[in-house]
Amino acid sequence: MSKTLYERIGGEPAVNAAVDIFYRKVLSDHRINRFFDNVDMEKQAAKQKAFLTMAFGGPHSYTGEDMRTGHAHLIKMGLDDSHFDAVVEDLGATLVELNVPQELINEVAAICETTRNDVLGR
Amino acid sequence: MFYSISNQHYGVSFNGSIMYKLTIEEKTYSCQPGETVLDALLRENVNISYACKKGTCHSCMVRSPEAPPPEAAQAGLKNTLKKRNHFLACLCHPEQDMVIKLPDQSEFYTEGTVVVNDMLNRNTLLLIIAFKDAFEFNAGQFVNLQRSDGLTRSYSIANTPQETNTVEFHIRRLPGGRFSEWLHDEIKVGDTIAVSEPRGHCFYLPERSEQGILLVGTGTGLAPLAGILTDALEQGHSGPIFLFHGSREVEDLYRIDEMRQLAGQHQNFHYIPCLSGKHVPEGFTRGRVNEVALATFADLKGWRVFLCGHPDMVNQMKKMTFLKGASMKDIYADAFLVTPA
Repeated sequence: MSKTLYERIGGEPAVNAAVDIFYRKVLSDHRINRFFDNVDMEKQAAKQKAFLTMAFGGPHSYTGEDMRTGHAHLIKMGLDDSHFDAVVEDLGATLVELNVPQELINEVAAICETTRNDVLGR
Repeated sequence: MFYSISNQHYGVSFNGSIMYKLTIEEKTYSCQPGETVLDALLRENVNISYACKKGTCHSCMVRSPEAPPPEAAQAGLKNTLKKRNHFLACLCHPEQDMVIKLPDQSEFYTEGTVVVNDMLNRNTLLLIIAFKDAFEFNAGQFVNLQRSDGLTRSYSIANTPQETNTVEFHIRRLPGGRFSEWLHDEIKVGDTIAVSEPRGHCFYLPERSEQGILLVGTGTGLAPLAGILTDALEQGHSGPIFLFHGSREVEDLYRIDEMRQLAGQHQNFHYIPCLSGKHVPEGFTRGRVNEVALATFADLKGWRVFLCGHPDMVNQMKKMTFLKGASMKDIYADAFLVTPA
C-alpha cells in the first residue's frame, strides 16, 4: 500500500508517454514559448524528461542550486510566477489527457510547487 | 538511467570557478575558469584537431589515461571508448588537474583513394573515395575527412553500404572555406585522404516499413537524404516517402533527373524540388522547402522525419514537425553544423 507516487503514476513508461505531449503543449503555449525559442530541441527534450521524472516523484539529482543556476538566464528574460503557473497548468492538462486520476495530478502539482522559489530565484 | 540523464544536464557542468592544470607529455597548460579543455588548448596553441565544438563530430576526442574524465565529457561516445577514458575536449570542464593524451590519429582514420571527382552542379563536387577493405556505415551517417596538416571537416555520406568499399560525398564550395576549396581545387583522382569512422544517428532502420517518411533538405543536405532514401527503397519500405529538396535557384539543385526517375519507378516515393528564388521553371514548386513541406501535411503523427542542410531550416523544422505531431524520437537531423572558413 505504501507505493510511491512514481510507482503509482507508472514510472518511466509514464514519463515517456507524457514527455512529447507535455513539450508540445509548452512549445505551443504563447504565454511561455518565447523562453524556448533558441534551445536545442533534443537537449531540451532530455531536460523535460528529467523534469517530469522529478515532478512524478521519481529519482532525480536536481538541487535547489541547480534550479537557480539553470533558470537564471530566463529570469533575465522576465520569467515570473505567471510563467511558472502556465507550465504547471500544461503539465496538468497533459496528465488529464493521459487519464491520470486527479488526486495524482494534485500530488504532481505539489511537487512542482516545492521548486517555485528556486526556479524563480527567490 | 534517470540519474545519468539528469546528471548530464544538471550535474557538475556548472562549476568552473577554479583553474586546473592540463598536462600533455612534458608540457603543462592552464585551463581557466569556464573554459573547456579544447578552449584552453587552442588558446595555448596546442595542435589539436576539432570541428563542431559542440560534442557531435568527435574530432577533438582525446584521452585521460590516469583518471576517468567528467561524465558529461563522454556524452555520446561508445561504451568501449568511455571505458578507455576517451572524452571530448570541447565538452570537458575539468574537475581536477588532468593528464591528457592527444589521439594517435592513425587509430581513428583510414586512408582512402579518390576514384571520382566530378561536378554535380555549378558549386557542388561529387567525391567518391574507395577503400581497400570493407568500410562499414549506415546510409545517412557522416565522417570526418582530414588533410595531411590536420585540418578536419565533417561530411555526410551520400551512398548506401551496399556499394562495396566506397563512400560518396557531395561537397559544396564555401567561399573562403579552406577545406572545401582544397577539395574542389586541388584533390585529383588517385589522391589519398584520411577518413574517420562513420558517426551520427541520422539513418534509416528497417522497422515499421509502412510508416510515412518525410525527407527535407537544402543544398548538399540532399547527400544524407539520398543515402537514406536509397536505403529505405532497397530495404522495401512500403509507406509513403516524400523528399523535398530546396535551394534558391535551379542551378543549385542536383540529381533532379535521377530523383524523378526514382519517383517513376516507386509508386510510394514523391519528389518535390523547391525553389525560393524568383525564377521557377515548370516542374518545380515555388517557395522555401520547409514551408512547402509543412503546407503539404495537415498532420505528421506517426511519421519519421529526416532534416538536413541549413541549420536554421533544420532547427525550425525540428520544432514544426514535432508540433505537427511527429514524435521526438522519430525526428532525425544532421548532427553537425557547417564550419565557415
